[in-house]
Amino acid sequence: MEHKDKQKQTFYVVGKRLDGLDEKAKVAGSVIYADDFTMERMLYAKVFRSTRASAKIKSIDTTAARSLPGVVTVITAEDVPNNRSVTGAVGQTAELGLVQTVQQLVLAEDRVRFYGEPIALVAAEDPDIAKAALKLIKIEYEDIPGVFDPEEAMKDDTPKVHGDNNIIAHWELRRGDIDKAFREADVIVENDYQTQFQEHAHLEPESGVAWIDDDGVLNLRVATQVIEQYREIAHILGIAESKVRIRGTLIGGGFGGKEDLTVEPYIALLSWKTGRPVKLTYEREEMMYGRHKRHPYKMRYKHGATKDGQLVAMEATLISDSGAYVYLSSWVLLYSTVHSTGPYYIPNVKVDSYSVLTNNIYTSAFRSFGAIQVAVACESQMDILARELKMDPAELRAKNYLKTGDKTGTGQRIDSEVLLTETQEAAVKALGDRSKPSAPYMKVGRGFASCWQSYGRMCYLHDTSSAWVGMELDGSAVVRCGIPDLGGGQRESLRQIAAELIGAPLERVHVISTDSQVTPLAGTVTATRALFMSGNAVKLAAEAIRHDLLQKASEMLGENPENLDMCDGEVFASRNRENKIPLAQVVKAIKSEGNPLEVLRTFRAPAAEPVTREILEGQIFPDFTFGSQAAEVEVNTLTGKVNVSKMVGAYDVGKAINPKRVEGQIEGGMAQGLGYALLEEFIEDKGIPQNVNLTTYILPTSKDVPDIQSIILESGSGKGPFGAKGIGEPAIVATAPAILNAIYDAVGVRIKKIPATPESVFYHLKERGERT
Amino acid sequence: MINIRLNVNNEDYQVEVAPYHTLRDVLRDKLGFIDVKNGCNEGECGSCTVLVDGKPVTSCLMLAAQAQGKRITTARGLATDGKLHPLQEKFIDCGAVQCGYCTPGMLMVAKALLDKNPNPTEEEVRAAISGNICRCTGYQQIVEAIMAAAAEMNK
Repeated sequence: MEHKDKQKQTFYVVGKRLDGLDEKAKVAGSVIYADDFTMERMLYAKVFRSTRASAKIKSIDTTAARSLPGVVTVITAEDVPNNRSVTGAVGQTAELGLVQTVQQLVLAEDRVRFYGEPIALVAAEDPDIAKAALKLIKIEYEDIPGVFDPEEAMKDDTPKVHGDNNIIAHWELRRGDIDKAFREADVIVENDYQTQFQEHAHLEPESGVAWIDDDGVLNLRVATQVIEQYREIAHILGIAESKVRIRGTLIGGGFGGKEDLTVEPYIALLSWKTGRPVKLTYEREEMMYGRHKRHPYKMRYKHGATKDGQLVAMEATLISDSGAYVYLSSWVLLYSTVHSTGPYYIPNVKVDSYSVLTNNIYTSAFRSFGAIQVAVACESQMDILARELKMDPAELRAKNYLKTGDKTGTGQRIDSEVLLTETQEAAVKALGDRSKPSAPYMKVGRGFASCWQSYGRMCYLHDTSSAWVGMELDGSAVVRCGIPDLGGGQRESLRQIAAELIGAPLERVHVISTDSQVTPLAGTVTATRALFMSGNAVKLAAEAIRHDLLQKASEMLGENPENLDMCDGEVFASRNRENKIPLAQVVKAIKSEGNPLEVLRTFRAPAAEPVTREILEGQIFPDFTFGSQAAEVEVNTLTGKVNVSKMVGAYDVGKAINPKRVEGQIEGGMAQGLGYALLEEFIEDKGIPQNVNLTTYILPTSKDVPDIQSIILESGSGKGPFGAKGIGEPAIVATAPAILNAIYDAVGVRIKKIPATPESVFYHLKERGERT
Repeated sequence: MINIRLNVNNEDYQVEVAPYHTLRDVLRDKLGFIDVKNGCNEGECGSCTVLVDGKPVTSCLMLAAQAQGKRITTARGLATDGKLHPLQEKFIDCGAVQCGYCTPGMLMVAKALLDKNPNPTEEEVRAAISGNICRCTGYQQIVEAIMAAAAEMNK
């Protein structure tokens, strides 16, 4: 039974900048992350990986490796019970539909398709021996022609990575009459854009320990964003799903890097085979070339508008590099296609998107999941269009922003409030006065960008999230919820929500999370869904308990339940706090009547049937978060170096459960976006990785990122708890185009390929200088 | 293997190490100081930062044997008698802790800074922590926390 509460008026816990209990453990250095955990008789694993991008494995000889003293076992593909069982469904049971799968392998069989592809596993008594064993594995390759550019790979006469077609996904948007609209447009702007491979570079390496417990259940204690992967592990081993248990750890950063399977299959196989605990922790280099990256995109965009700035047409072609395997490429492409219009109403739309296999590193989930690439193109287009029309870029956008009730490019109705204009104004205003250049050869420029990003997974996946809340006799409480905590305070939010509704002090609410056999499954921590889904699940469970508590308290206090409230372990009359009773007393009274005050609830997101046509139509996502970012840059015209001097991010988050954490997400997302815009590029040359450590893959440091101001707007119109929306992914989307627009404002060059490295800016300046 | 004595957070430990073992590996794997993190193994990320005689060192690049006779401090050594150090308190207060993986290293670098320069400017704080990568916070709240701790400690 659902308990529809009247909208809560007073908040005691939710909305406050409270400290999280997990944070205490983190500053004390007492959190046991995945690699910090050891067991007796534990073995150490290493993965033997391909050093070719495209080759047949002619022979592999593991004899010498096996004989090395201290090596306990070596596993190749033939030792894997079901090497071909891994599905593309990450933590979900419903199908997306229309997705072309290419068989994912646990270990390479007779062929390798990317540098870094796993071929064999070693388990040894210590990590040094395991590493030495890798060197003793003898392998003979025979090179096969490979393909390394997705546009090339689309042609008929290029090498095929799998099967007979490299194009593994195609989506479309169709609305109106695009040819007519362009014929009638006053201004047309057409450009090509390109984005790069980006590496997650979470500070904590992929890591986990697997062991078989007393009940014969295979346990994995692992840093993962998806504990539902226990099903995949069971299928790989050919055992019952009920015999695999994943205990997720507090994660040292994920950003989508710990969403697909990483170490899980390897430690599972080795532990199952040896009967001993096995630990595997990736080395930093291995993280760089062995695990997926963000999809590079090539995008052609064409916009048409009237002379007073009404957008009438948008046509785009998007091509993403799927790398050597599909993983989540079709899903990412779908996100890109839906978000490709930007947060604007455009009556005539034609988008065609393709994801293409190559022999590059495979690509998959990374914060924003396809929306960030199209924002680079779309928001650059808006600025270029504004200048063509001699219009203020702010005014052009404001004229075309989606409004409540408008339909997106797929025909999905926007039913939340849309505070885009407000976020734009807030972001630009907060930049303050334009800084003076610090030297005659420095040029200062300002730019901004608006963005949208879905929160909640695609409706096709029939997403659900469950949570259990139980009261203790003394008024404290336990929350059980499967949601993993990536570091964004996912489970602290659940604590705050529960404490608010059941009236217990924050410190007396204990949250047990992320255990696939102990905590109700809450789904993945991806797709900006954690607060929306697990927050709502906890809210449902806590509201049911609240209902019973207020009912009983009303008898005990002689007040109507609607006139009662709770906080800090007390139930009291809202209009007379002296009329109160300890929460514990109410709980005891209820429990002694045979009501255990333990509730399990499941929250269901809006659902849709699997796609059957390539044209995306209707409601694709539950809802969207809208925001804007502004940046001021200083460009060194002698070196091309771009220094970002100020950044502002303004987002409507619906309701901020804890403003401190929301600000943290906005600021962290913007820093990562700055890296995406200016510094970061994972480079492969014919599939061979060129920069595999943090010296050569440049991450933003405290000297690259300026003061960031985050501005929170709260429309209360989200579908999450108390009207919240999501912020994790939206925070990264607008940064790169804001910076690119600022560069244009500073020096009049339009960078359409990121990262805008000093070399790139320098050559653009030189070229422009030569042309004038 | 050689027998060495390490002084960590004011306590002495006898430990057997190979000449090639790094200070980080010995602290983590042999002495249980898991607050010294494993991030990159090449001195780039800063997550293994400890103080050696008060100076920040990336312990993955220091041999364990080199640390004999020196005073080593890890993040666990910051709290006294169960009471958190002002830096730790302000990190929590200001939202400077998200995933927490960079936190021990950041705290070490911040402590070394404030010990040497009790009243740093924001520029100086940013310079001091520029060898420590944080992928979650964007550094904003970390800088605020260190400035707030300095103010608190100067009261």
